[in-house]
Amino acid sequence: MSLLLKNGRVIDPANSVDAVQDLLIADGKIEKLGKNLAAPAGAEVVDARGKLVCPGFIDIHVHLREPGYEYKETVATGTRAAAAGGFTAVACMANTNPVNDNGAVTDYILARARVEGAVRVYPIGAVTKNLKGEELAELAELAEAGCVAFSDDGKCVMNAGLYRRALEYTLPFGVPVISHAEDATLCRGWAMNEGVVSTEIGLPGAPAAAEEVMVARDILLAELTGAHVHIAHLSTAGAVRLVRDGKARGVRVSAEVTPHHLVLTEEAVRTYDPNTKMAPPLRSKRDVEALIEGLADGTIDCVATDHAPHALSEKEGEFDRAAFGIVGLETAVPLLLDRLVRPGLLPLPTLVARLSHDPARLLNLPGGSLAPGAPADVTILDPERELTVDPAQFRSKSRNTPFGGFALTGGPWLTIVGGTVVRL
Amino acid sequence: MGWTRKDLLTMRELDAGEIVLLVDTAASLQEIATREIKKVPALRGKTVVNLFYEPSTRTRTSFEIAGKWLSADVVNFSASGSSTAKGESFVDTAKNIAAMSPDVVVVRHSSAGAAQLLARELPCSIVNAGDGAHEHPTQALLDLLTIREHKGHFDGLHVAIVGDITNSRVARSNIHGMRKLGMTVTVAGPPTLIPPFIQELGVKVSHRLEDAIRDVDVIMMLRLQHERMQNGLIPSLREYSRYWGLTLDKLARHARPDVLIMHPGPVNRGIELSPEVADGPYSVILDQVAKGVAVRMGVLLLLAGSKGGGDTP
Repeated sequence: MSLLLKNGRVIDPANSVDAVQDLLIADGKIEKLGKNLAAPAGAEVVDARGKLVCPGFIDIHVHLREPGYEYKETVATGTRAAAAGGFTAVACMANTNPVNDNGAVTDYILARARVEGAVRVYPIGAVTKNLKGEELAELAELAEAGCVAFSDDGKCVMNAGLYRRALEYTLPFGVPVISHAEDATLCRGWAMNEGVVSTEIGLPGAPAAAEEVMVARDILLAELTGAHVHIAHLSTAGAVRLVRDGKARGVRVSAEVTPHHLVLTEEAVRTYDPNTKMAPPLRSKRDVEALIEGLADGTIDCVATDHAPHALSEKEGEFDRAAFGIVGLETAVPLLLDRLVRPGLLPLPTLVARLSHDPARLLNLPGGSLAPGAPADVTILDPERELTVDPAQFRSKSRNTPFGGFALTGGPWLTIVGGTVVRL
Repeated sequence: MGWTRKDLLTMRELDAGEIVLLVDTAASLQEIATREIKKVPALRGKTVVNLFYEPSTRTRTSFEIAGKWLSADVVNFSASGSSTAKGESFVDTAKNIAAMSPDVVVVRHSSAGAAQLLARELPCSIVNAGDGAHEHPTQALLDLLTIREHKGHFDGLHVAIVGDITNSRVARSNIHGMRKLGMTVTVAGPPTLIPPFIQELGVKVSHRLEDAIRDVDVIMMLRLQHERMQNGLIPSLREYSRYWGLTLDKLARHARPDVLIMHPGPVNRGIELSPEVADGPYSVILDQVAKGVAVRMGVLLLLAGSKGGGDTP
């Protein structure tokens, strides 16, 4: 079974490729890249003229909600949302019910993914049992079961001594620990960013320092232990500066940023729309500018959506009582193309790298490259596609997005996983 | 100028003309309180629902009396002992009440934005009677009416608002209203009770009571919630009252002789206000409460009377 993609603009930053070429896929792997490739007998041929052929996009921060919260999302619906959004692989966080803090839960997630996953699924194990921040989870067993990283995402491991031990204990497994950097004592009961908007509209705020204190702590712990700490959803200018300084000193720290933190500011919260509520909160314009700069210069390694599905009943009503988080898989790529690449804030090849090669590198995942022999995970974009975000059309089970009605240019066109076009 | 809004949600969204219209309307209705028969037919056949999700005595009673003096049918719904105890959501409860076709829903809720939420969801008029730490517009209007009656005008007056500004919807509504009417506002309190960037609302900030009350025309003291101590915002009530409590002695030494003392109530006697000040000659606290009824009559009249059907008194 082979597939020939004709005349697309192939952008493969890992191999310094950016040219109109043909891409031949055979037996689930990249076979060949070149001009005027002939279609082997029986090959499916796709005319990709005017399209952008990229290594499959990888989202290393999603919540698939299964097991336990199937009313919000399942492996089936979440991976379909991923494929629809142009992602060929996702890494899913551990805050399921039961928590993914032991091998049996990891096995279950992987089994669901084998049966009904539309894209590749990489589980992330909990750092502490039941995400309580008190005792280490069975980290060796989780690694053996296939967890590609560890994180208590959604909660910050407040006990620095315990976190240090987690970083040490996981060193032999060669996988990063992902930090949800939020000092709980600095932001009790918060609902949005602390700033002029929170003061005006009367919602309790979380200061940027609540994130930065923990980013600083975790960089120091990475330095102490030699471990790789990855900071989830970086959201402040100060955190960008800390990561930049840490990297300059040779500390093994990396970071991701979400599309919503790159596109929206705290001003969006003035509507009291619970779909503008997430952790970390939407920040100031100055923070957004620093995040874009950090993403462009490589301080921030990748974009990850923090896809956080919630049922309508959890995201309507009073803002301060609504759940944190928004869905992101189906809006990420169009937002990034329209709001960052089109106005010239981020070069297209950089964006492609931040969505493919860089996340693969961070979590040691196969993929992120279109070199011969690589798994044939390919994301094809249509840069001219005009779309208006319509949450009713989402493949995700949930609709909690602040981007409904946004008119965007550019988006995913075809998602290929293991050489097969994902049909939704 | 006329009133065109469906709802009264914030002082922030009103312009000076609208604020003066509300204050003037309230002023003209004050004499009803002096009549032997305190009833006019203006809102006969109209229904006002008081939807109170937070304990409140004075505001709810004030709206109730205001509605009744205007001949509206007034229904009180409080969160305890109702469907909310059975797990019904705020929006569902409100939609159920809306299905009974009230003309005005007056809402008090601990969540900022709750009144906006109802205004989006319900077809009837919404009056914000306090939403979290956001706004409490009728309180600001009654404060403004009180100030104008005692000082004769707004322009150029200087007001000090003292206490827990961070958690005060009264402070926010008054700041917006007073700034729009040309008044100068100083907010004062320990830094832990002053929200960040409050200067951007056009106010001055003071961290010393003695400085804040010097040369001002009005001192508005805010209620200190006792739980602020547990949250580590102040060391003790004793220390708070020593440094931030207003006493006759501090007034005599630092304030002008014609200063007005206001408080939105309920007063923690002996904490933010000494009893001698609360009951003293500078205090217009009970006058504020009396004007509250007039303001709420004015608001109900402009919202429910303007759509036709109601007679003007």
